[in-house]
Amino acid sequence: MNTFMASSFGPALPEIILAIGVLVLVLVGAFMGNRSNWIIGTASFALLAAALLAVGLTPPTRTTIFAGSFISDDFARYMKALVLLGSAAAIALSSDFMEREGFARFEYPILILLSTIGMMMMISANDLIALYLGLELQSLAAYVIAAIHRDNVRSSEAGLKYFVLGALSSGMLLYGASLVYGFTGTVSFPGIASSLQGEASIGLILGLVFLSAGVAFKLAAAPFHMWTPDVYEGAPTPVTAFFASAPKAAAMAMAVRLFIGGFPSITESWQQIIVFVSILSMVIGAFAAIGQTNVKRLMAYSSIGNVGYALIGLATGTQAGVQGIIIYMAIYLAMTLGTFALIIGMRRGNQYVETIADLSGAAQTHPWRAFCLAMMMFSLAGIPPLAGFFSKFYIFAAAIQTGQMMLVVLAVIGVLTSVVGAFYYIRVVKIMYFDEPKPGFEKLPDGAQAVLIACSVVVVFFWLIPSPLVDSAAHAARSLFH
Amino acid sequence: MTALFFYLFSTVAVASAFMVIAARNPVHSVLYLILAFVNAAGLFILLGAEFLAMLLVVVYVGAVAVLFLFVVMMLDVDFAELRQGFLQYLPIGGLIGLIFLVELVLVVSTWSISPDALQVPLASNAPLEGITNTEAIGRVLYTRYAYFFQAAGLILLVAMIGAIVLTLRERAGVKRQDISAQNARDPKEVLTLHDVPSRKGLPESVS
Repeated sequence: MNTFMASSFGPALPEIILAIGVLVLVLVGAFMGNRSNWIIGTASFALLAAALLAVGLTPPTRTTIFAGSFISDDFARYMKALVLLGSAAAIALSSDFMEREGFARFEYPILILLSTIGMMMMISANDLIALYLGLELQSLAAYVIAAIHRDNVRSSEAGLKYFVLGALSSGMLLYGASLVYGFTGTVSFPGIASSLQGEASIGLILGLVFLSAGVAFKLAAAPFHMWTPDVYEGAPTPVTAFFASAPKAAAMAMAVRLFIGGFPSITESWQQIIVFVSILSMVIGAFAAIGQTNVKRLMAYSSIGNVGYALIGLATGTQAGVQGIIIYMAIYLAMTLGTFALIIGMRRGNQYVETIADLSGAAQTHPWRAFCLAMMMFSLAGIPPLAGFFSKFYIFAAAIQTGQMMLVVLAVIGVLTSVVGAFYYIRVVKIMYFDEPKPGFEKLPDGAQAVLIACSVVVVFFWLIPSPLVDSAAHAARSLFH
Repeated sequence: MTALFFYLFSTVAVASAFMVIAARNPVHSVLYLILAFVNAAGLFILLGAEFLAMLLVVVYVGAVAVLFLFVVMMLDVDFAELRQGFLQYLPIGGLIGLIFLVELVLVVSTWSISPDALQVPLASNAPLEGITNTEAIGRVLYTRYAYFFQAAGLILLVAMIGAIVLTLRERAGVKRQDISAQNARDPKEVLTLHDVPSRKGLPESVS
């Protein structure tokens, strides 16, 4: 009955490579201490590259292993590639930061790798237990790296806040999962889907609400967004860049698989929840960001708003909507990482500065950097022909195609809040180009420069060759609606 | 008889769980927590899951709760002071609690469990013939649930790394044991032998 064959683990190869690699790196670090920072940093890149290669080699067919707990399909491959690229960028961004701030530790890349394994497990989770374990692995590592600058009060505060609120949300998620299990008798998503023929009972809906609350917390979607600005501001900047990128893509993939894979027959029940969360996130993301003076807090509200837009795609529950989400997350990752690469470059007089006013006149002191940041901001505001316009376009188009009144209204609200959002994005551009210049920043570290170039190319030239991203997103979305 | 014990265990468990958050003294809270764990173990025994019951007592009462007790006793937290704002927030908190209670009553009163759903868990939990439930868990833990087992292992690894990253400090001026230095000590350099004549004692210059 329970036969074990090494060859049957093939679809989980990326996770296995990372897990074994991490164990080796922990040993290397334990014996060599902080002298091994360089080796471990390089080895983590190699591991992420190997995992990416393994993801590429996994067959695109839909396979489940570990008795159906782990699923590998086109959607999982696409999202895993995204997460691996995001994690690699986060490690690249941190290359010089930790040494300059005096808290370089070999554990940092190791914790990022462990968090990445958790994210990949979330993406491939095909039942509630696998989902929870992946989520917990991802979050637990994230709590630690939020507080990794432990001599800094704000970093410790960020870690503690994130941990306490994260534990609360895990509790809600588990409570919801236990209710769903109690009312369907199974934890596997296909099992839940098949047992939900016809009317769903109140108890199950209650469980669904709690599950959604837990997922919304991990996505930092309103009304569960309270922790985001404080954690983003307090954590060291490369850590913030990590939080804003890969884990968001993983949590979004998890939400898509949970709702579309597990509850396809009661779409109306969860659609209302997602629509509510989406509207609230877009509105809070747009209006609360206006008054911000700290650029990291601004990015926190920006990420809340962006999650709101991506959730429109989930609310449709259609293949076009999921395709929109996938494209949205890919472009969002490029925009966010590019912006954070520039925020990490904001260093003058031997310390990092992070208010928006510090950027004033940057166009004269650093014309290229200012240009790139301007492109990122225009793209986040959704101005064509930059990538950010297309990501919003696919989402809104999917919502309008459904023809449902509620979703069309949702798309209209989305357009209106983007207009509000454009105000604060473009204000950054105005400050850089039209205000009095301040003393220049120091040279951009190599890692940040590489990330910046890659992201700028994606954001600026996406409209020239959109087909690789859009077509593979279409394949990935189709694999969910087999 | 089983019903009697069920109500006994569950009443005490709920009451002691309430006391965990209501007790003034944090040490009492931990002791109530232990009581709640023991009663939960009793409920497991009623279900026929004696292995889980013993595990609950060994792990939660034996390790986790005792650790809590240590932490509570070592931290100098003035819990009475933390409670200062309690009365101030009572009206709004009570109002929200009341609304939540009314909603829960409304939900529960229309609650119905579909008969199909009831059959599913019963069917999958058919008692296994001739093996103890320790063996039954052992049979699936490393096969059917190997993935979850490994994932849980990684989570514990993160917890361990996290604890070390956030708390381990290299302090200057602390005397540490250096085993290789100890092993490398040569008896000739550190030991001197003296013949001590009787009734004279050690000469002044040596002692």
